[in-house]
Amino acid sequence: METAPATRELLDLIARSSGDEKHDASSFSTLDVIHVLYEVLRVDPRNPEWEERDRFLLSKGHGPLAYYAVLARNGFFPAEELERFMTWEGILGAHPDRLQVPGVEVSTGSLGHGLPLAVGVAYALRARDLLEQRVFVLTGDAELNEGSNWEAILHAGSAKLANLTLIVVDNRSSNVAMGDIAGRLRAFGWDAVTVDGRDHEQLRAAYEHRADAPTAVVARV
Amino acid sequence: MREQAMATVVDVFERDEEVALIMADISLDFLRPAVEHDPRRAINVGIMEQSAIGIAAGFALEGFHPIVHTLAPFLTERPLEQLKLDFGYQGLGGLFISAGAAYDYGQSGGTHHSPGGVQALSSIPGIEILLPGSPGETDLLVRATYANGRPTYLRTSVVENAAPVELAPGGLTVVQRGRDLTVIAAGPFLSRTLAAVDGLDATVLYATTLAPLDAATLAREAAQAAEIVLVEPLYEGTTAAQVSAALAHRPTRLLSIGVPRRFIKHYGTTEQHDRDLGLDLHGIRERILGFL
Repeated sequence: METAPATRELLDLIARSSGDEKHDASSFSTLDVIHVLYEVLRVDPRNPEWEERDRFLLSKGHGPLAYYAVLARNGFFPAEELERFMTWEGILGAHPDRLQVPGVEVSTGSLGHGLPLAVGVAYALRARDLLEQRVFVLTGDAELNEGSNWEAILHAGSAKLANLTLIVVDNRSSNVAMGDIAGRLRAFGWDAVTVDGRDHEQLRAAYEHRADAPTAVVARV
Repeated sequence: MREQAMATVVDVFERDEEVALIMADISLDFLRPAVEHDPRRAINVGIMEQSAIGIAAGFALEGFHPIVHTLAPFLTERPLEQLKLDFGYQGLGGLFISAGAAYDYGQSGGTHHSPGGVQALSSIPGIEILLPGSPGETDLLVRATYANGRPTYLRTSVVENAAPVELAPGGLTVVQRGRDLTVIAAGPFLSRTLAAVDGLDATVLYATTLAPLDAATLAREAAQAAEIVLVEPLYEGTTAAQVSAALAHRPTRLLSIGVPRRFIKHYGTTEQHDRDLGLDLHGIRERILGFL
């Protein structure tokens, strides 16, 4: 079981950030999900572009403070940068920019882009014979309203992209009833499971699970 | 042009292991050799153009040179935000090759027309836009740009010029020099434009790169006379702002000739549409003579 200090440390980092967004629920919904993910991901903060790393694409670019806090805690950039969040002098915007923030794989904010990108990355790793490397992409439940996601879900399931894992942070923010998200993903050929998005053991087990199809972790928070 | 583009794509795909090819259920027969050569980087995504662009950008994130192909409206207008954000904003390069330009599919109705595609793409900072006028130019431009590191759009068309042109670097080529008028003819509209100015003492510049327009060549080669005519197989005025900016240092009168900004409701050949839209050589000549 994950110890509380790590989570507290992340909350302290978020509290250091400038502006009011640190009080928004969206800044915390992904906290445990991303924290545990970075315990599983093979990445090197000293060499963010290490070719043999696992890739993580935060598709849901909104409320990125938890993501920034995890990156800072893992050493991708100094924690002091959080004090310049959303300011003219800083590199940390309200949506992450891969060309400014070390460790950020893709610039996001407009919803429905990360999953198709992740499918392309999954294909590209396979084409480079990087067969052990994995691609994780995180969306929100409401983000799945966007049709581009379902194009990519259909394609990845059909292509059996087993190096791809979709994490859906389900905080029931969708105004369209999403029903059983894991069940819908399974209908598209994915190996999908629903877990408690605050339970580190469940999250870790779900991330480490491999299948001969793309996998999905629906994390309810 | 389309067949040449596909043949060249297959050739660069087979020669360069860094090329990835993304198809959206179009031109599959032409591109099958690439799939047979290396199916790991030749992907037919199906009929999903938003994801076609996103998946191509995923390849680009990993250092590949993606080439994406489908019909013009489904490549330029439907996934515009993907082109803008997944390529432009991310700082990634990719080559996007369309078939079925403007009203090439003259019997298919407005769903398959895209005279506004280039204007839509022009809103993406840093994009390169290419309008070859012959198969040979298409081959040259595909090879020259597929690995240029920028989002690049190459528009093929069933309309071709009567003869290929030896292209100048920069994409604006001097075809003839004159004193009374400067005419900029884009892509496959060169031949009819040359015929339309027959007998006039006109400088004719041939534009195969519309973005960025070769402003230096235009400023240097434009005739002294103020009259400037832009002829392009796109919505009227698509490139006018770039022409005006290149000539801002001198007096000009600019006439933009292009596809009128209305939906096309007739079904017919491209020649029939040309006549109806005032874009055959007679229509173009009448507009120019009236302007002068």
